[in-house]
Amino acid sequence: MSIDYSQKIPNNVDLASNKTLQRALEHWQPAYLDWWNEMGPDKTTTAEVYLRTAISVDPKGWAHFDYVKMPEYRWGIFLAPQEAGRTVNFGEHKGQPAWQEVPGEYRSTLRRIIVTQGDTEPASVEQQRHLGMTCPSLYDMRNLFQVNVEEGRHLWAMVYLLHAHFGRDGREEGEALLERRSGDADNPRILTAFNEKTPDWLSFFMFTFITDRDGKFQLAALAESGFDPLARTCKFMLTEEAHHLFVGESGISRIIQRTCEVMAQHKTDDPAKLRSMGVIDLPTLQKYLNFHYSVTSDLYGAEISSNAASFYTNGLKGRYEETKLGDDHRLDTAEYPVMEVVGDRIVTKHVPALTALNERLRDDWVKDVQGGIDRWNKVPEKLGIPFRFTLPHKGFHRKIGIFGELHLSPEGKVISEAEWTHKHRDWLPTEEDRAFVQSLMGRVAEPGKFANWIAPPARGINNQPVDFEYVRFN
Amino acid sequence: MTEIVKQHLIDPGICIRCNTCEETCPVKAITHDSRNYVVKAEVCNDCRACVPPCPTGAIDNWFPIAPGKPWSIEEQFTWDELPAPAAVPVATAIAEPEDVARLTSEATAGQGGPVAAPWSAEKPAVNLYNEKGPITATVAGNFRLTGDKASADIRHIVLDFGGVHFPLLEGQNIGIVPPGTDAQGRPHHVRLYSVASPRDGERPGYHNCALTVKRVTEDHEKKPVKGVCSNYLCDLKKGDKVQVIGPFGSNFLMPNHAGSSLMMICTGTGSAPMRAMTERRRRRIDLKEGGELMLFFGARAPDELPYFGPLMKLPKEFIDINFAFSRVPGQPKQYVQDRIRERHEDVWRQINDENCYIYLCGLKGMEKGVDEAFRDVCRQHGGDWDALLPQLREKSRYHVETY
Repeated sequence: MSIDYSQKIPNNVDLASNKTLQRALEHWQPAYLDWWNEMGPDKTTTAEVYLRTAISVDPKGWAHFDYVKMPEYRWGIFLAPQEAGRTVNFGEHKGQPAWQEVPGEYRSTLRRIIVTQGDTEPASVEQQRHLGMTCPSLYDMRNLFQVNVEEGRHLWAMVYLLHAHFGRDGREEGEALLERRSGDADNPRILTAFNEKTPDWLSFFMFTFITDRDGKFQLAALAESGFDPLARTCKFMLTEEAHHLFVGESGISRIIQRTCEVMAQHKTDDPAKLRSMGVIDLPTLQKYLNFHYSVTSDLYGAEISSNAASFYTNGLKGRYEETKLGDDHRLDTAEYPVMEVVGDRIVTKHVPALTALNERLRDDWVKDVQGGIDRWNKVPEKLGIPFRFTLPHKGFHRKIGIFGELHLSPEGKVISEAEWTHKHRDWLPTEEDRAFVQSLMGRVAEPGKFANWIAPPARGINNQPVDFEYVRFN
Repeated sequence: MTEIVKQHLIDPGICIRCNTCEETCPVKAITHDSRNYVVKAEVCNDCRACVPPCPTGAIDNWFPIAPGKPWSIEEQFTWDELPAPAAVPVATAIAEPEDVARLTSEATAGQGGPVAAPWSAEKPAVNLYNEKGPITATVAGNFRLTGDKASADIRHIVLDFGGVHFPLLEGQNIGIVPPGTDAQGRPHHVRLYSVASPRDGERPGYHNCALTVKRVTEDHEKKPVKGVCSNYLCDLKKGDKVQVIGPFGSNFLMPNHAGSSLMMICTGTGSAPMRAMTERRRRRIDLKEGGELMLFFGARAPDELPYFGPLMKLPKEFIDINFAFSRVPGQPKQYVQDRIRERHEDVWRQINDENCYIYLCGLKGMEKGVDEAFRDVCRQHGGDWDALLPQLREKSRYHVETY
């Protein structure tokens, strides 16, 4: 299970035995490095970062910590171990041996799924490339870079699948993945959320907590795929994705902690006062949460989707934890509740479960996000502050699906355009809010020091102390 | 089942409930409800497979508990944070095998008891395997380190753990249980050996470690005696199986922080931890982390000195080596303490450098001569060793392990 690091491209897929594929990927590698140097973290080429690198994909070997210069990070191709005798576990092919090659009839669909997933990986690196300049601490900077190199590795994972299983089309897609740019007017990334800016660390933490969690659920659904190489690739990516979620959840939790400490110390909940003391008031944090939550929710697509149904029936994309679910895994007759708008009322109706798989995955994600919110709420609770964070209604601020044409309040009340225009500034970050958060962003890069608006973490990385030199500048 | 004395717990205040640990655990010891992820004490075998993949560090808690009284999973489900360590009866903390506790206290007696590990030392794993449940290693190599005509047979023995998680740090020991029984029919006592390879093994990525073992043929009074465990180890062939317990030791560890220096003083097989630390640093040369390495190494003659050849190949700017040979024909007898006195300028500078950590390892009694040498060096520079030593120990900068 060891990873071969003697090769140009570290891998555990015996790349050396397939010369054509190896040559194609070695040809793509310099283009990738050019992309990293152009679009990866800004002004960081000589910094040594205390990074985690996988040296094998079993539990013992995949978290090896050491200082690495990011451009020298050994991006490679790691698949989770092959499960002997694995079958397709859902849909019309249930019970057949899992596919090691792409079935001809699903070729274009699978390619689209892989390209869409692959496109999000470099996009988030591009979105975050300037954040190193305003890090609140070396600890946070290191976490940002860890997230970045892993997103880079996830791109490698998808490009490997494209090269290995989709011939010339796959190679062209691999090139195009390096050509699109987040937020570019002429050649944007595929999904809207990945063309938004990540201008400050609050946005970054929200993004990793909420949007990377969409990544987790998409990857988990693809890890169930009947196309075995895709399943194995996503399974290993999930292990890395967990760290990204941690960065977001703990990042926001530390911001809440710091704000609550100042609130308790000065016995005030006045946002203006708190802002003047250099911390982010809780209502502003709630607005950012509303924004990221609603924008990310759109990534799941429409509630009712025939595409989602055929992905499932064809055995390409399963449900979250498919094999742990106790049903027939075909869903021919099953139903699933989705919301529907009747006039100005929102009602629940039951639809064929097959068509509601996007909604189901969204619901799994909502539950997971809510768990994180509950943990955040323990912070004010512990300090005796009555504020609690809440998730807005699923229909709030949506652009896609049944709520796409409507305006809803965070409580889920259908409101008029006029009321939305009047009120949305209370629910979503305004220009002023963003400018204030931006004004706090100064660089703190001394071991053990933290920006005023964020508390230190409860523990360091890999048992290192919090004041460890997580990044070294040369 | 081994008796639980340290319980594996997940910190609910840090855990993000990502399910990675539950997914990873090979014995299904981890479960969860809607609030918390918890560990079943009676199932967990401390294999630590769950530790590296945990993205938060929440998984990495081993709490000392009263034997037979682990926290139940029902209790763990109610927690918002770990119980205060004060609530734990620390007196019953670590049940090392009795032999190990005795050997460890004997080894540190030369410095008046154990000294805490340097602040930047890696957190060691200890007591993962005991005599009730040892880990089986396979001999991957057994090489003689001393010359054919040398009086001592010292060997470099490589043990492979076959991919089983057995984390080791430079300076830690492992216990070997020789097979068979003694004259009274009782199982042999465990023997401790210092690990001679760095934390990532003899070869990075391979799950192995090396020992430096001298075949014991006489006792401290020079009477002929056949050391049970050392002869057993020295006679091992490639492919043989060995029962190993441990790891042990959480004090004699090297600093991790950039700019930290090591002064290493050893004789004979006391070179094992020094080789481990030197090799750790050698593999990180390219990182240019700074810090100096200074070695005082005593033996009878060059061909009696373990690792003499590899040491001679190390770049001078990487390590400052001072050999002391006591039996080279036609040359005056030299001991490590003589070399320390000769190098008094640098030794004095290092004693006063907060980033320099001093390690002594070798036969019992060597620490006395070294102590005298340090006293002389200090006197020469207007310092007072007897006042300095407690400070060095306080700052975890002076470590002794003699046997």
